Amino acid sequence: MPDLVTELGIDVLFKGTNFLRLLGGLWSALSISLIAVAISIPLGIIMGVLMTSKSRIIKAILRVYLEIIRIMPQLVLLFLMFFGTTRAFGWDISGETASVIVFALWGTAEMGDLVRGALISIPKHQYESSEALGMTSAQTYLYIIIPQTVRRLIPLSINLITRMIKTTSLVLMIGVVEVLKVAQQIIEANRMTSPNVAFGIYLTVFVLYFLACWPISLLAKYLEKKWS
Amino acid sequence: MKGCDGMDGEVIMSYLPLYGEAALLTVKLGVIGIVFAIIVGLFCSIIQYYKVPVVRRIVSVYIEISRNTPLLVQLFFIFYGLPRLGIPTDAETCGIAGLAFLGGSYMAEAFRSGLESVDKIQTESAYSLGMNRLQTMRYVILPQAMSVSIPAFVANVIFLLKETSVFSAISLMDLMFTAKDLMGMDHNTVECLFLLVSFYLLILLPISIVGTVVERRMRRAGFGN
Repeated sequence: MPDLVTELGIDVLFKGTNFLRLLGGLWSALSISLIAVAISIPLGIIMGVLMTSKSRIIKAILRVYLEIIRIMPQLVLLFLMFFGTTRAFGWDISGETASVIVFALWGTAEMGDLVRGALISIPKHQYESSEALGMTSAQTYLYIIIPQTVRRLIPLSINLITRMIKTTSLVLMIGVVEVLKVAQQIIEANRMTSPNVAFGIYLTVFVLYFLACWPISLLAKYLEKKWS
Repeated sequence: MKGCDGMDGEVIMSYLPLYGEAALLTVKLGVIGIVFAIIVGLFCSIIQYYKVPVVRRIVSVYIEISRNTPLLVQLFFIFYGLPRLGIPTDAETCGIAGLAFLGGSYMAEAFRSGLESVDKIQTESAYSLGMNRLQTMRYVILPQAMSVSIPAFVANVIFLLKETSVFSAISLMDLMFTAKDLMGMDHNTVECLFLLVSFYLLILLPISIVGTVVERRMRRAGFGN
């Protein structure tokens, strides 16, 4: 058994602080997505409410924003933010900042669409019935509309969070030192002593991402079932 | 020297063939990968629908793994990790395999929701008409299930084509690779990014429009509801 571990290059994990370094790399990717999530949830809620407003102009502007963000691969957005702004406006932003901005813009758009979907899914008769029961508009929202919207929204937004975590792996491509970059460094340093290190380390990264996302999607699935 | 306010038409013209070639590679790998993803997805969804023992568990483990890891990490593992075990992979095969591995689970979910939307009574009626399992699947369930899953299917196709943008990480000369390469060589950043966005729009916009139209039609048809 120890032979196999060495053969597959998994032993490199336990040399020095290699495993801790990988975890640190994972954390820098995760923290980018967590900051972006924290920004996009409130902004997305505002956007979603605005998307159901009566003003056609507001609706059209937000729709265009959503479609532009949606149609471009996130990597292209990262390139535009990282390389494009330097050239166009002379900004010298770090890869981390560019990533947070892009993920916040993207998350806001997606979250906005989820909120819009949840809001319009509440049938009109719910409003009318509560009015007929003599509820004020504040009471209607507080007791009838918001609880139903939130139940539809929470599983979907948790799914969005796992999508954002997965997408942060792309920040490697604009030079952010995250888990894949750390993996490359470890492999580079150990290639001579342990020829199969690439297998063991990339397998570890694979498992780490899975362990970061899987519990979150299980939670989303559980809540979806419980509240449906 | 070119300022940031204007783009150089000549530079754009000279880059066009390179981008065209890269776009073709993106589309080619994307289409092949998606075809395999459809096959994998169909296979998985039918296994789950018929609740085939044991295999069904393997399928759901695969779906969880595939959906909860990023394509970039999957590609690194396939491209740099697997050859160490003596499984040789060239970059193109690896890109296609990665896309099929990721897309298979998304397609499976899309098809499964379609299959589940077909009422059990349809299967029973088909059996009572003397159809066997295969005929029932082929003539009764699949056609209805397919039309229900079309919106999710189109969304998946767009998603997978967008995901091909990470192929540059395994040194495939796709649109991202070309853009980065040319930016590094000539520093015509604005022109490079402009072409990058234009070519992705050229690929993705038509499909996205088709998707919207199809979805609207589906809603109007309503399928008996």
